[in-house]
Amino acid sequence: MSSIIHGAGAATTTLSTFNSIDSKILVAPSRTNLSVRSQRYIVAGSDASKKKFGSGLRVRHSQKLIPNAVATKEADTSVSTGHELLLFEALQEGLEEEMDRDPHVCVMGEDVGHYGGSYKVTKGLADKFGDLRVLDTPICENAFTGMGIGAAMTGLRPVIEGMNMGFLLLAFNQISNNCGMLHYTSGGQFTIPVVIRGPGGVGRQLGAEHSQRLESYFQSIPGIQMVACSTPYNAKGLMKAAIRSENPVILFEHVLLYNLKEKIPDEDYICNLEEAEMVRPGEHITILTYSRMRYHVMQAAKTLVNKGYDPEVIDIRSLKPFDLHTIGNSVKKTHRVLIVEECMRTGGIGASLTAAINENFHDYLDAPVMCLSSQDVPTPYAGTLEEWTVVQPAQIVTAVEQLCQ
Amino acid sequence: MALHLRSSFSSKSTLLNILRHNLGFGSRSHVTRHIRQILPHDPPLRGSQNPISRLCNTMAEPETLSSFVQHEYANNHQVMDFPGGKVAFTPEIQFISESDKERVPCYRVLDDNGQLITNSQFVQVSEEVAVKIYSDMVTLQIMDNIFYEAQRQGRLSFYATAIGEEAINIASAAALTPQDVIFPQYREPGVLLWRGFTLQEFANQCFGNKSDYGKGRQMPVHYGSNKLNYFTVSATIATQLPNAVGAAYSLKMDKKDACAVTYFGDGGTSEGDFHAALNFAAVMEAPVLFICRNNGWAISTPTSDQFRSDGVVVKGRAYGIRSIRVDGNDALAMYSAVHTAREMAIREQRPILIEALTYRVGHHSTSDDSTRYRSAGEIEWWNKARNPLSRFRTWIESNGWWSDKTESDLRSRIKKEMLEALRVAEKTEKPNLQNMFSDVYDVPPSNLREQELLVRQTINSHPQDYPSDVPL
Repeated sequence: MSSIIHGAGAATTTLSTFNSIDSKILVAPSRTNLSVRSQRYIVAGSDASKKKFGSGLRVRHSQKLIPNAVATKEADTSVSTGHELLLFEALQEGLEEEMDRDPHVCVMGEDVGHYGGSYKVTKGLADKFGDLRVLDTPICENAFTGMGIGAAMTGLRPVIEGMNMGFLLLAFNQISNNCGMLHYTSGGQFTIPVVIRGPGGVGRQLGAEHSQRLESYFQSIPGIQMVACSTPYNAKGLMKAAIRSENPVILFEHVLLYNLKEKIPDEDYICNLEEAEMVRPGEHITILTYSRMRYHVMQAAKTLVNKGYDPEVIDIRSLKPFDLHTIGNSVKKTHRVLIVEECMRTGGIGASLTAAINENFHDYLDAPVMCLSSQDVPTPYAGTLEEWTVVQPAQIVTAVEQLCQ
Repeated sequence: MALHLRSSFSSKSTLLNILRHNLGFGSRSHVTRHIRQILPHDPPLRGSQNPISRLCNTMAEPETLSSFVQHEYANNHQVMDFPGGKVAFTPEIQFISESDKERVPCYRVLDDNGQLITNSQFVQVSEEVAVKIYSDMVTLQIMDNIFYEAQRQGRLSFYATAIGEEAINIASAAALTPQDVIFPQYREPGVLLWRGFTLQEFANQCFGNKSDYGKGRQMPVHYGSNKLNYFTVSATIATQLPNAVGAAYSLKMDKKDACAVTYFGDGGTSEGDFHAALNFAAVMEAPVLFICRNNGWAISTPTSDQFRSDGVVVKGRAYGIRSIRVDGNDALAMYSAVHTAREMAIREQRPILIEALTYRVGHHSTSDDSTRYRSAGEIEWWNKARNPLSRFRTWIESNGWWSDKTESDLRSRIKKEMLEALRVAEKTEKPNLQNMFSDVYDVPPSNLREQELLVRQTINSHPQDYPSDVPL
């Protein structure tokens, strides 16, 4: 009874691309119509999106164009004076503030010291704090992750950087067996307050080995927390919260988001590690996403609003554990869920989230949970092919229309 | 300083080096740590007061100086400045041999019969320390035997003995201070014993009862005590080595008068973590002692199938680490070696590798029967002729610090204590169910609280399937 129940056909769905949708099947989507499930796919053509589905539409309001479909940032950061910076600078600022605040915080990784980090997140820190607190290590991810764990057990608070998340596969042994478990197996005698961070996700033609989504592989490890940042505001907030947390936290950044610009508050703030972020409140459908896909979803949201839909977009941010409170409230309001992720179809964050939603909120769903993910293929180098492995806004729009009709 | 600046050639090169450094020329070899702080040309250290700056990587010299150097040496010496320093050229095609003709000698102080070898160098121990070393070795031996028997009788689920390696366990611990942090593999309970872990505490962990500091979560022999600076055993091989380097790095940052000490077996040196940790420790200049218990066997794999080098001690040089080979069954030599190494590690902020040659007299664990892959005669020989206890006993008796009477008194006392500890531990309650879910995180998150509720519901509906000695 405590096992997680996957929806029927969820794990065995094969992906196929359609150019038209069989409207007969989709006209009456009820929660018992499980054959609709088998149509979780990424739609290739956009012709389908132009079809109207008649009486199934729940949209009632007028069809006038709404120019500003993307919600502005919530008013809780209502600071007129803030400062504008890029996401990697926000991460650096958060890191630097924590290092100022607590002398036990240190950084270790490849090229983080004098080189300033491959993505400049640790730029200038070695000059300010010294070679020992911002440590350049030889190339062995398992070793410096292990080092960070040993240092954490002796009182430091290391921030371990993987140059690319994919390289942390080499650190899996230390992360799983020591980082995740030693607090438990030692009976609480030793804590491991490390932060493991790095960029992951599909970039611009970085090749298969450098385009991995490690959150899929790490999500099962007991004892760790996982968060994914997506804006300069939450990047800084999550970095600071992760450093202050007593648990080991894995902070997932995205290679393509480092140059996002945003104005963030001047004063000290942190973001709650277990909380999801409401990006755009809505009524018709809940779209759950994180990291880079948030931007694809928001782009699709613009189109959707112009077509008369009112999507609620939530950036789940906390990948382990899921913020089922926020998600649940949203599901109870909209009764339809679309998950948009960059992970592979098999065993990704979306797969776990689908299972969690089905198990906890089954009664509130009017349609099966739909999940858009990347295909189960290594990311190709060719730009055009690479683009097709990542969920695009057009596919999101089609999926929403399909779910909402 | 002059030591580091020594090049393999004439004094002219030394002068040149000094000149070059004092003039502030580019080539920052790895030794400039000492010099760097006094050069007038360096920018002032900004930020926090952190005088410990790591060594810089060597960079190639700028054009002007290298041509100057090459011109100087063109006729006499063929040299080139490669990253890392000068390298001489040779027109002969010569391979470095895969092994030396003779194996690295092994440091020992007591001979096979426990007699002090003449002209041996060792660190003197007081009567009190020597007696404690021997008593703890005896205690460890008795504890191991009784726990092993208990497992055979079905009272314990699992056990792994350290029979034959008592000298390594106790003598190395004796040479350390309580502030030195220990990262064990799983065959070093003697270190805990030396530091004051009681027989009852050992038994509690083996039985996994509610007095166990690990709260019953790990299998037997996976001890841990933050009070005694002994980090909880993690079953994975050699993962504790990078952890130890990290701890040493932490001690270095805090400038503590302590080092990290980590133990591992001959088998553990094949793991990637061993090589990476040694390399890291050397580069970071971390004060860590790597103590290898080369006991000849990794379960059924003999060392000839584990590596082809001359044991483990020669590997230290490959990483730039000072190393020594010690007779692991000679308690006095172990004590001296670890004592000296510790001082070196802390004073010079460098790692040290110690290979202790010994023999695993017991089976790998209670799940193993070693007579299947080695002869009983071999085991017997090491147990009798090379027994670490008898050798040390001869030495302390020769000093008048021990006698047959004290021996038999000790043995009967320990045996009684052990059996009592076993009895009490067996009877003590197990930790309650809530401990299955606590300490995964600092505070149980909602999913774990939910899962605990589900487990309790299941137990409520099927109480007969739930073990009777685990409280709810």
